[in-house]
Amino acid sequence: MKRRDLFALPLIVIPVRVFAQAPNSHISTTDPLVFSFTKGRDVLPGKVKIELPALADNGHSVAMTVRVDSPMTEASHVRAVHMIAEKNPVRDMAVFYFGPNSPRAEVGTRIRLNGSQRIVAVAELSDGTFWSDAVQIEVREAACTDGG
Amino acid sequence: MAIARIRLPENARRGETVEVRLVIQHPMETGFRRENGERVKRNAIHSLVCRYQGAEVFRATLSTGIAANPTLRFFLRAVETGDLDFWWLDDDEIEGTVKARLVVT
Repeated sequence: MKRRDLFALPLIVIPVRVFAQAPNSHISTTDPLVFSFTKGRDVLPGKVKIELPALADNGHSVAMTVRVDSPMTEASHVRAVHMIAEKNPVRDMAVFYFGPNSPRAEVGTRIRLNGSQRIVAVAELSDGTFWSDAVQIEVREAACTDGG
Repeated sequence: MAIARIRLPENARRGETVEVRLVIQHPMETGFRRENGERVKRNAIHSLVCRYQGAEVFRATLSTGIAANPTLRFFLRAVETGDLDFWWLDDDEIEGTVKARLVVT
């Protein structure tokens, strides 16, 4: 193998990323918490964006922004965004509800995290479709169950 | 009684997108924390509603996954000068309210 062939290696990785964007790749449709609002419908990755640092010194208060790509009109708007913290004792962290009067589907808040985990956002749109995003965060010192 | 603070732009033009920031002084007790060996009872704000001129513009269901002194930042469309009313409820069934005036020019 020529050394320049090594540059072609990253191209092999791209189809794997495309595969990861299949429906329900961020969540499980049979998860009772997810099922409680999707009622078993497919959740497609995309449209939603979670902004969270990759690393947090402690989990007591971590700034987070969640944003959904939507025109926010009467015909097409975001109804709700469900935030799930997969390793928190209370997984359903928050639900934010919007309406056609909201100009932008964006919410910023500060969250509490019980250790390193994945945060998932599931947005419910006015046309009945569900979209998701997931981010991994490393937390050095957990909140919640530290017993302190 | 909780203390809360709202931050709004001084005034907004009609139709403009306005950023609203809210901070509520609240411990958001998880129910896992111990004080002198005793478990501190869970007490978190679980519901929050924001009304603009009487109509609901934003609603949130929160949990102990939200940090102490919960802060929220969201957007609304300025229509005309009117009150923003926030209302929330915690696990101790204690309600909190705060009001702010949005001036539209």
